[in-house]
Amino acid sequence: MPLKRKDLLGIEPLSVEEINLILDTAKAFKEVSTRDIKKVPTLRGKTLINLFFEPSTRTRTSFEIAGKRLSADILNISASTSSVVKGETLIDTARNLEAMYPDIIIIRHSRAGAPHLLANICRASVINAGDGAHEHPTQALLDAFTIKENKGQIKGLKVAIIGDILHSRVARSNIHLLTKLGAEVSIAGPATYIPVEIEKLGVKVYHHIDAALEGRDVVMILRIQRERQDKSYFPSLREYFNLFGLTLERLKRAKKDVIIMHPGPLNRGVEISSEVADSPYSVILEQVTNGVAVRMAVLYLLMGGKYEEVVS
Amino acid sequence: MPFREKVQLMDAVTMDRTLIRIAHEIIERNKGVQDLVIIGIRTRGVPLARRIAKKIEEIEKVSIPMGILDITMYRDDLTAVGPQPIVRQTNIPFRITDKKVILIDDVLFTGRTIRSALDSIIDLGRPKFIQLAVLIDRGHRELPIRADYVGKNVPTSLEEVVEVNVVEEDGKDSVILMEED
Repeated sequence: MPLKRKDLLGIEPLSVEEINLILDTAKAFKEVSTRDIKKVPTLRGKTLINLFFEPSTRTRTSFEIAGKRLSADILNISASTSSVVKGETLIDTARNLEAMYPDIIIIRHSRAGAPHLLANICRASVINAGDGAHEHPTQALLDAFTIKENKGQIKGLKVAIIGDILHSRVARSNIHLLTKLGAEVSIAGPATYIPVEIEKLGVKVYHHIDAALEGRDVVMILRIQRERQDKSYFPSLREYFNLFGLTLERLKRAKKDVIIMHPGPLNRGVEISSEVADSPYSVILEQVTNGVAVRMAVLYLLMGGKYEEVVS
Repeated sequence: MPFREKVQLMDAVTMDRTLIRIAHEIIERNKGVQDLVIIGIRTRGVPLARRIAKKIEEIEKVSIPMGILDITMYRDDLTAVGPQPIVRQTNIPFRITDKKVILIDDVLFTGRTIRSALDSIIDLGRPKFIQLAVLIDRGHRELPIRADYVGKNVPTSLEEVVEVNVVEEDGKDSVILMEED
């Protein structure tokens, strides 16, 4: 079954079959990164644009490495060095880039829906690399890939997502993906960080970390996104750590073979203690490694499906 | 486009005899099995490679490293033949530099699969040489590629299809020439 999509804008519209296709394809691409010559000619002659309106190290680098290992030409545009600072609109920027015939545009933007806007006006495939607090599909896919590698399958697993759910696109994409694949997902955080009616996405809400950790197979810790917050959601960082920070002591409530995940960047001593971040339970760096494989798979599948789109 | 059987080219017995002959030819041509490795191209090259490796092992009493090659990432028709092919894993658990690589596939046709396989192998290291063994050579090459070991040469028309069945994938061993119904 091919991926019959021009764009990857979110996890919500994907079927279970499409998700599994991406995860299976990523397995094959993971091997490429272990070779002496880490390059295959699959996307030779394709042009990829990394269009980032928000800061990023991991995601931008990961897409760049994924593109380069597939022999695509990839260029990076960040808002601070582009015409955006001269007042150009997103639509005008997109139309100008499109005029140079790129094949894929990877966009990160602070506004939810910006990638969808681009997808509607561009011939190129658009990949959402994070739009506001909406979705970050490749992060959820690499998280699922990492869980499958460690646990075999996702169905039936108990997963806790802890931290700033309100501002987190990672949380939303992961909730969509994990519930589609049959995991039991619970979330926890200060009441100010729990979006209203989040239960409608099929998750259980806890306001205390200990209850959320009880018997979990997988624990995902999210960062406090201070850059998105113009008001205070909790009294102090120290208090946050005392009430919601993940420590080895608290982790005892989870299953013995629990894995700890974090999309990065880490704020050590705020949402997670250093001893947990560096413990054998942590698969945080595996997530980064798998991110390249999953993004290679997404780039491949979006490019390969092109022709059918045109003929049908 | 429906196809019907025109003629059976091989059954289980003749296929086995052919693979035995190819195994002997590989040993003879290379004056033994020093540095020899066998790589099968997915999908049906893999079981054939396993069988040939096993026959060589039985004859020479040494174990032969066996690898699996998926050439999807090296295809030259990625955006020309939708829908896109599924990428499967390449698994070559040994170093191929300075090795004598015997590449194995079921049918040699245009030569494009072999071109992809050669590029793929050379990206993994620098073998001493690469030889090609195929069960069926049906002609119609589009690239200057030939096989070193051929099970059976079968002149075909472009409208015909050569169907190779192996027990491991299809539940039976046979080679059938099909034509349009």
